[in-house]
Amino acid sequence: MLKPNAPTRRRFLGDFLGLAGSAAAAGAIPVISLRPVAATPDTMASAIRTVVGTATVQVGKVKLEIPPLVENGNTVPMNVSVASPMTANDYVKSIHVFNEKNPQPNVGNFHLGPRAGRAQVSTRIRLADSQKIIAIARLSDGSFWSASTEVVVTLAACTEEVM
Amino acid sequence: MAAALINVPKKARRGDIIEIKTLMSHIMETGYRHTASGQVVPRDIITSFSCRYNGEEIFRADLFPAIAANPFISFFTIATESGKFDFEWIGDNGFSETASASISVE
Repeated sequence: MLKPNAPTRRRFLGDFLGLAGSAAAAGAIPVISLRPVAATPDTMASAIRTVVGTATVQVGKVKLEIPPLVENGNTVPMNVSVASPMTANDYVKSIHVFNEKNPQPNVGNFHLGPRAGRAQVSTRIRLADSQKIIAIARLSDGSFWSASTEVVVTLAACTEEVM
Repeated sequence: MAAALINVPKKARRGDIIEIKTLMSHIMETGYRHTASGQVVPRDIITSFSCRYNGEEIFRADLFPAIAANPFISFFTIATESGKFDFEWIGDNGFSETASASISVE
């Protein structure tokens, strides 16, 4: 017979799903309450500064899609799109992606032009920890727009030992 | 050893927005990992990717260690004329690879 507190498979799975659910919920909340760029750790803020200069970064127009709960930080699908007509006079010049807690604040810079037709880029990234990711788009009129998302990572990338 | 996978539609109508998918096999060693004896594994990544459409650059990316191994990048362009896409990857330790794909636009 089972002891009352024995770790049965059913109980383990139940606990795990409960944890995952609450983690996903915790990750979902900051997506709604976007913090200003100044509130992020210093290295990311200075990396953003080198791209943006003294311009202000507005929140909006950019859509950053990363799964809120990531099992393996070594390869995380990321999709960034920007609401833009992509005409000769009004287009996205570049998209810059930054992270908070990897060893380096930069993830990637993507340079587009009016010939892109659609301002959208997909790639796969590494995440060393649960953290916030920010995507910033530079538009042809010189304005900057951003989106950010919180990601929970269960297996971290980048810093593990090599066999 | 390096191999590229390119996905470009063979045919398109003039003015269509087409998606281009690229994948280059590469370890993308971050330079932040250690061996069991404590030595840092030196960085070995692709730092730059570009795509030209009949000679004109339509897309370029600067990559960092935060890009996963075997970098996959997809992006869009407007099919303007028949011709060739040229892709180029440049990285550490003299890494340089090219690939191309052709498209016929009606």
